Amino acid sequence: MRRRPGLVADYRSDSAILRNNVQRFWFVVLMVALILLALGATIPVVPGVLGFSLRGDLLLLAVTASFASVGAIGLNMVTGYAGQVSLGHAFFIGLGAFTAAVLGGEEVTRQVFDLSTGQQVEQTILIGYGLDMAIWLPASGIVAGVAGLIVAPIAFRLRGLYLAFVTLGLVFLGEHVFKEAKLLTGGLGVGRPAAIPSLFGFRFDQSGEVFGMYFSRQQKLLFLGLIVLVVAALVAKNIARSRIGRALAAIRDRDIAAELMGINLARYKMIAFGISSFYAGISGALLYLAIGRIEPGSFGLLLSIVYVAMILIGGAATIAGSIMGAVFITFLPRIVKWMAGLWLFGFISEAPTGGFVNLSQVEQLMFGGLIVGFLIFEPLGLYGIWIRVRNYWKAWPFSY
Amino acid sequence: MTQFLQALVDGSSLAAVYSLIALGFVIIYKSTQVLNFAQPALMLLGAYWVVYFATVVGWPFWMAVIMAAGLAAFTGVLVERLALRPMVGKPVFAVAIMTIGLNTVITVIALDLLGIDARSVGGPWGFKFVALDVFGGSLIVGHRQIAALVTTVVLVSALLAFFKYSRFGLAMRAAAFDQEVALTQGVSVTAVFAASWAIAAVLAMVGGVFVGATPPGIDRSASIIALKALPVVVVGGLDSISGALLGAFIVGIAEALTFTYQPQYASFLGQNFSQVVPYVVMFLVLLVRPYGLLGTKEVERV
Repeated sequence: MRRRPGLVADYRSDSAILRNNVQRFWFVVLMVALILLALGATIPVVPGVLGFSLRGDLLLLAVTASFASVGAIGLNMVTGYAGQVSLGHAFFIGLGAFTAAVLGGEEVTRQVFDLSTGQQVEQTILIGYGLDMAIWLPASGIVAGVAGLIVAPIAFRLRGLYLAFVTLGLVFLGEHVFKEAKLLTGGLGVGRPAAIPSLFGFRFDQSGEVFGMYFSRQQKLLFLGLIVLVVAALVAKNIARSRIGRALAAIRDRDIAAELMGINLARYKMIAFGISSFYAGISGALLYLAIGRIEPGSFGLLLSIVYVAMILIGGAATIAGSIMGAVFITFLPRIVKWMAGLWLFGFISEAPTGGFVNLSQVEQLMFGGLIVGFLIFEPLGLYGIWIRVRNYWKAWPFSY
Repeated sequence: MTQFLQALVDGSSLAAVYSLIALGFVIIYKSTQVLNFAQPALMLLGAYWVVYFATVVGWPFWMAVIMAAGLAAFTGVLVERLALRPMVGKPVFAVAIMTIGLNTVITVIALDLLGIDARSVGGPWGFKFVALDVFGGSLIVGHRQIAALVTTVVLVSALLAFFKYSRFGLAMRAAAFDQEVALTQGVSVTAVFAASWAIAAVLAMVGGVFVGATPPGIDRSASIIALKALPVVVVGGLDSISGALLGAFIVGIAEALTFTYQPQYASFLGQNFSQVVPYVVMFLVLLVRPYGLLGTKEVERV
């Protein structure tokens, strides 16, 4: 066994998260690299020539990417593993975001002149309880998860394409509710501040010293993101390789056959939706910490499509793929901006209007084009490309 | 009472637009088993061409519409050939999600062409209207509403006749019923695929013309109207042409009635609630009939 690391002889080692020492080694290297990056170190890509470090907007994007990854993993549970296409992810993300903001945000009041009594009256314009993060973070996951469980019976009744439509309707209804519940969300175009990330008095949104080292606000948030992401990914991976994960895969591959084999469809679809929306809720609660403001108009169909694109481009039914996809899609605007600076792409204008195409248009075009391209040429996504590259080098210089 | 009739009139003209877009959707679904989320984008692009030829180039409106129909049909065929053909035989979801990607790409192109401001399609109807005296009030029927209803009725009857009596219509029905059997009978299934995309794109374009005829004209918010054709299709049943028409009527009337009465009687539901009524109707119908009102129940072998 020791001489043949590629040999898999039993189920336990086949389903292990890290299957051999090589993988374990590179996983540790990756984690160390991420921690160093978060600390502000420069990782030499080509020593002495090209380095990579997270500074300024890159750091902020990394924070967003880590939180978005959690949401992408959630969507992958229901769409990738269980095969139930959900276009309603934006609704659950929004639910998580606003639950967090209401529980963890501050109350906003305003002096209003009461006509009947002729006195100044204090009126609440935004409800907020200012609770601790230890309460609002799980609570936002649970609220979204419960909403997912309520939707699940419809999912059980409907199959395939009709489900995609129901979840689409859910997004539109949810957006309407978010826009109208002004006391909770601030209303369309106004929004409200995000929750205050204060865990037992420790503030993630303020720069300061921790263990004698100075951390900026973004760095603190990035560490929070990395911790949440690692926990979320491990839990998801373990669910995926357990009895539940196998049942979900069976439902995806052929639901009637799965039912004949004794898998309770209603139960497992509920589990899938519950887990997925829980992840979405957690992701939504944290996602807006970096920006600091939540606007109810942003939880539309587009956000759902962004998440579907994440798992498609990353790779359906893989945890690593979800993370790759989320990171890639989050950095896409930055990549496009970088491309516009190259002479080859001189036709991209950086001004909002005019020119041949502008940045946001290229971004949208690439976004749509990537979905189409990946589905036609590489349905397994970035994860599939990675597997192919890996297998090529495994047998190098022989082709197979 | 006049208010109610007014809502019915507005609802039916809305239903006309919905039925055009929904019909294209059903035709594509029936013949190719593709859920086409790109319909809103096809509508925007088609409407742009009418805007371009009628107001920028300055052609007569009917010529602009014919030219736009040709271009729309060409776009439909092109999209089918380039993006959908390689996906034949892939899972339905993958194809559906790919049409979402297509929608993004085509929408960007169409909006770039349209510009930021709302553009008028330059139809001959303008803002003229007929005022009818009924029950002591006046019922206002816009010329564009009449045009939308008449055009829809004519187009739908022509299409149904085409499916029923023409040779190629029969081929399309055969291919929708069973592609392999149709193939062995000498039906060119690829031609059927191309034709259904072309028809759908033209229908979307005509729908776009009437969306653009409604003030303020056609702009980026028009795709939200086109998206409401999706609940219409689900209400009627994904694979039923008469279902799409029925669904469009139900959804259109429901939306117009809500628009008229909800601010008065159910203001707690918030502003613009009528915009989400199609989705509410869809939920209600699906709870009772999971395959829509007239859709056929899927029978599956394991």
